[in-house]
Amino acid sequence: MQHDSKFTNQKFKLVGTRVMRPDGVDKVTGRARYGADTFAPGQLVGAILRSPHAHAKIRGIDTRRAEKLAGVKAVITSADLPDLTDGDAELYNVLENCMARGKALYDGHAVAAVAASDAETARKALKLIKVDYKVLPHVTDVDEAMKPAAPIVQPRVRSKYRPGKRTNVAGVTTYGHGDVDAGFAKADVIIEKSYKTEQVHQGYIEPHACLASVGPDGQGELWVTTQGQFAFRNRCAALLGMEMSQLKVTSSEIGGGFGGKTHVWAEPVALALSRKANRPVKLVMSREDVFRASGPASSTSIDVKLGATRGGRIVAAHAELRYGGGAFPGIWGEIGAMAAWACYDIENVRSVGYEVVVNRPKVAAYRAPSAPMAGFAVESTVTLMAEKLGIDPVEFRLKNAAREGTRASYGPTYGPIGIVPTLEAVKKHPHMRARLGKNQGRGMACGFWFNFGGQTCADLAIGEDGTVALSVGTVDVGGARASLSLIAAEELGIPYEQVRCNIADTASLGYNDMTDGSRGTFSSGMATIFAARDAIEQLRQRAAKTWGIAVKNVAWKDGKAIAKGKRKSLTLKELAEASSNTGGPISGHNQVVADGAGVSFASHICDVEVDPETGATKVVRYTVVQDAGKAVHPDYVEGQFQGGAAQGIGWALNEEYVYGEDGRLQNPGFLDYRIPVCSDLPFIDTQILEIPNPNHPYGIRGVGETSIVPPLAAIANAVSDAAGVRMTHVPMSPPRILAAIKSSREEQELTR
Amino acid sequence: MRYEAPTSTREAIALMSGAKGDAYLLAGGTDLLVRMRGEFIDPDLVVDIKRLPGIQEIRKTARGFSIGAGVPCAALGRHKPLLRAWPGVVEAAQLIGSDQIQGRCTIAGNLCNASPAADSVPALVAATAKAVIVGPGGRRRLAVEKIITGPGATSLGKGDIVSAIELPNRPPKSGDAYLRFIPRTEMDIAVCSAGVSLTLGPRNVVKQARVALGAVAPTVVLVPKAARAIVGTRLEDDALQRLAAACEAACSPIDDKRGTVEFRTEVAGVLARRAAVIAYERARKKR
Ligand SMILES: Cc1cc2nc3c(=O)[nH]c(=O)nc-3n(C[C@H](O)[C@H](O)[C@H](O)COP(=O)(O)OP(=O)(O)OC[C@H]3O[C@@H](n4cnc5c(N)ncnc54)[C@H](O)[C@@H]3O)c2cc1C
Repeated sequence: MQHDSKFTNQKFKLVGTRVMRPDGVDKVTGRARYGADTFAPGQLVGAILRSPHAHAKIRGIDTRRAEKLAGVKAVITSADLPDLTDGDAELYNVLENCMARGKALYDGHAVAAVAASDAETARKALKLIKVDYKVLPHVTDVDEAMKPAAPIVQPRVRSKYRPGKRTNVAGVTTYGHGDVDAGFAKADVIIEKSYKTEQVHQGYIEPHACLASVGPDGQGELWVTTQGQFAFRNRCAALLGMEMSQLKVTSSEIGGGFGGKTHVWAEPVALALSRKANRPVKLVMSREDVFRASGPASSTSIDVKLGATRGGRIVAAHAELRYGGGAFPGIWGEIGAMAAWACYDIENVRSVGYEVVVNRPKVAAYRAPSAPMAGFAVESTVTLMAEKLGIDPVEFRLKNAAREGTRASYGPTYGPIGIVPTLEAVKKHPHMRARLGKNQGRGMACGFWFNFGGQTCADLAIGEDGTVALSVGTVDVGGARASLSLIAAEELGIPYEQVRCNIADTASLGYNDMTDGSRGTFSSGMATIFAARDAIEQLRQRAAKTWGIAVKNVAWKDGKAIAKGKRKSLTLKELAEASSNTGGPISGHNQVVADGAGVSFASHICDVEVDPETGATKVVRYTVVQDAGKAVHPDYVEGQFQGGAAQGIGWALNEEYVYGEDGRLQNPGFLDYRIPVCSDLPFIDTQILEIPNPNHPYGIRGVGETSIVPPLAAIANAVSDAAGVRMTHVPMSPPRILAAIKSSREEQELTR
Repeated sequence: MRYEAPTSTREAIALMSGAKGDAYLLAGGTDLLVRMRGEFIDPDLVVDIKRLPGIQEIRKTARGFSIGAGVPCAALGRHKPLLRAWPGVVEAAQLIGSDQIQGRCTIAGNLCNASPAADSVPALVAATAKAVIVGPGGRRRLAVEKIITGPGATSLGKGDIVSAIELPNRPPKSGDAYLRFIPRTEMDIAVCSAGVSLTLGPRNVVKQARVALGAVAPTVVLVPKAARAIVGTRLEDDALQRLAAACEAACSPIDDKRGTVEFRTEVAGVLARRAAVIAYERARKKR
């Protein structure tokens, strides 16, 4: 992919500075409007009835009493969301997930919904709906679900796992190259180890919320907290049989998404309720609903086999990765298989990913989806191998790290990449030499993420006062408006304060892919640069016209049009003021498929203290080193590094979906689903490396996701060091650690 | 739902005794309001006790301390004599929730909510605290461990109100301590816990002790055998081992999302041992 790369290594004036974010004041003063913060005249309150069973046939739903309740304006079931998917299997899965069709597939699966004049009436109406369930056997564990005798979650699932037969394995994918068996034959040391990770939720503060309105003329509007207004429009329009242009979707401010707001759940239901009630409907999920029925990350079960020579060279690697996708087929095992060995240069390498359906909510993306679990298994084994060979774990990784020109285990050949530089930085970091106290241990691990570019579109309109309105279509999840304004100002040569960046609704800008794959600043940054250049082209034309000279003789420098022989330059402001007489409004536009998102690498160092009598773990020091390509706004890059590490710490130590024997989620709330509180975290130190991405005009790589990949393994390596026992099950909660310490002590006593 | 905030105890008792349907007393509301919001309960009457005379006061009496049922836990730590006499009870009360919760929650509410994991209760039991109860039958005093009969259940009758919690005066060389285990560092519920109160005799030998465990059984467990294990000792290692073993033997916890039977049992012993050491140090440093 050949993009303009002449700006690589250029000196920036604004890019790289730490300016105030434009959305900051509103957010700290409470003025910012999130998903639940908008109102329409005559709006109703929507509420969803959910299955209390993990797996049940729905023999009938009696909505008559609910419909008769005063204040109830609409009651819907799957009959009100007819199947318009026309053979599109993926879309059908979305439809079935939004509202159960004949069978409830997990605890929390929506079965009916109401719209009423107030919340109390809506709640009462839900209680009046009678659902006749026939409870079926269920399965929530990945390994159990793969057994031949397991209850079948989705009768329509077929794959090569059990050809021609019903199965819960929806797909098997293999990546790698070389001859793995021959590789293991050459190995001096082989390590085989199995790992498990439990299901986790992104834990965003803001629950899913929307205000939906469909009028009798068929025109609709949706205000919603989302990572992608265009994707939501397309999905909702397809599910409801609306034309795309008839549904305008506006993204609210977003209180966290991390991948969880890339999928529709309640939104099509809200639109269907509004259509039936002929009134706007506001639907806000409770925290319990969010846990039970949005899209957490997979639980996994992974086997790793690693072979190396005594000299420390990995000669063969193999991984089997089983990912629970919830009640619907996913691609999570495949992504895990692709990411597993991406940090290393291995001659003989293979990974097999399995997509397993279970009676749990449909899995959604969670920050570098699938990579943290694969990374946990691989990086734990890599450290074990280094220990066994008596080589320093950083040196061992350096010996085997991928470099420019390495053929990645998942196919492509790498360009300039950052794994070796992050490892070198770790080696030099004072953290690695700091003294450890009693019961403390240290671990480190690497992580990789692909990053994504995708379809992008930007508009840049210059006002007559010389200020710039930049419209982009990627939802701002982490400070992108500041970064994109910096980029526009840099390119135009004007002060940052002169640019205001807006997130456009679907009626105001061309299609944009969602803010996922760490693409927001990478891709909208690219489109912004090109849109600014488009505007500069016009500014030069206007100057040429004013001066009566050829355009080619006009240059653009530091926010001004200049030409040889002209004493006075024309500023952007002057050109804007005169624009009505020189050809009308001045604006720049760009649409691009932003290819060439550079892959991203990080290395993390972590110190923990484990209480050997209770199994409690405290993270005492944490350092993130990551390649950003170019850090447009270093504060927000550091924030992404710290945020990923913080989420990884929670995942590694305490977060987990706990299911009862009955297949019901036991902990759908923040009390017993334990994300870290402030006092659980140390200050997370960061170091930004800048290895420019040659495919981006400013050298930018996405930075949002990679930071959650190394923590699981870095912490597992540190805990194992501190506790003297290898931890292979995440979360490493106190009961698991204490049990491991006890059983290793018992083993030692037996062998003594 | 009817809400009343009476200013006389007689009125409060009358409201509660005469109530038809579900009636609840409201102290800090940090349990009650959460349960209402969560739709676990749907009260017909709520009687706020915070305006009753004396309910917001901590009084020094001839017998010791009387802590009004409306006193928020945050206030306990600011009461210097109480803190000096009963640091373990105060630290237990101040582990509840967060700053915001502390401004409202009460130890009487913590007791009457009857959660097996309530933080202040093991410390109160170890401290031989008594609840003052006023009700249609008059006024009486009851050891706090007699109030809780099971998870969410108390021995209080219709119209009974806990008006205060009483703590006795301390003999010299006494100390108490409370420890809980939570997977996080705050904003969590005890997986298991231990309160220890002791008094030293000559040569710093333990003369008297009480050990109580939380979250390891349907109600708080007082473990006399654990106390006996340390009486007559200076908390030598073997005494502490016997204390821990007695605590483990007294546990009958459940497996749930917060912890396993093995974990709760083992860690309860560890906490009791550690709490005993802290209580001992506090006692030793006193005159
Ligand atoms: C965010 C949060 C964190 C929490 N953390 C903890 C924690 O760490 N540890 C812990 O133990 N608890 C915790 N709790 C629970 C709660 O805060 C405590 O149990 C608190 O002590 C309850 O006191 P209150 O005054 O608010 O009780 P209320 O909610 O007012 O009452 C609780 C119950 O007792 C009854 N009651 C109240 N006063 C009397 C009285 N005088 N006589 C008779 N009955 C009465 C009420 O009717 C009700 O049933 C937490 C709660 C929240 C919301």
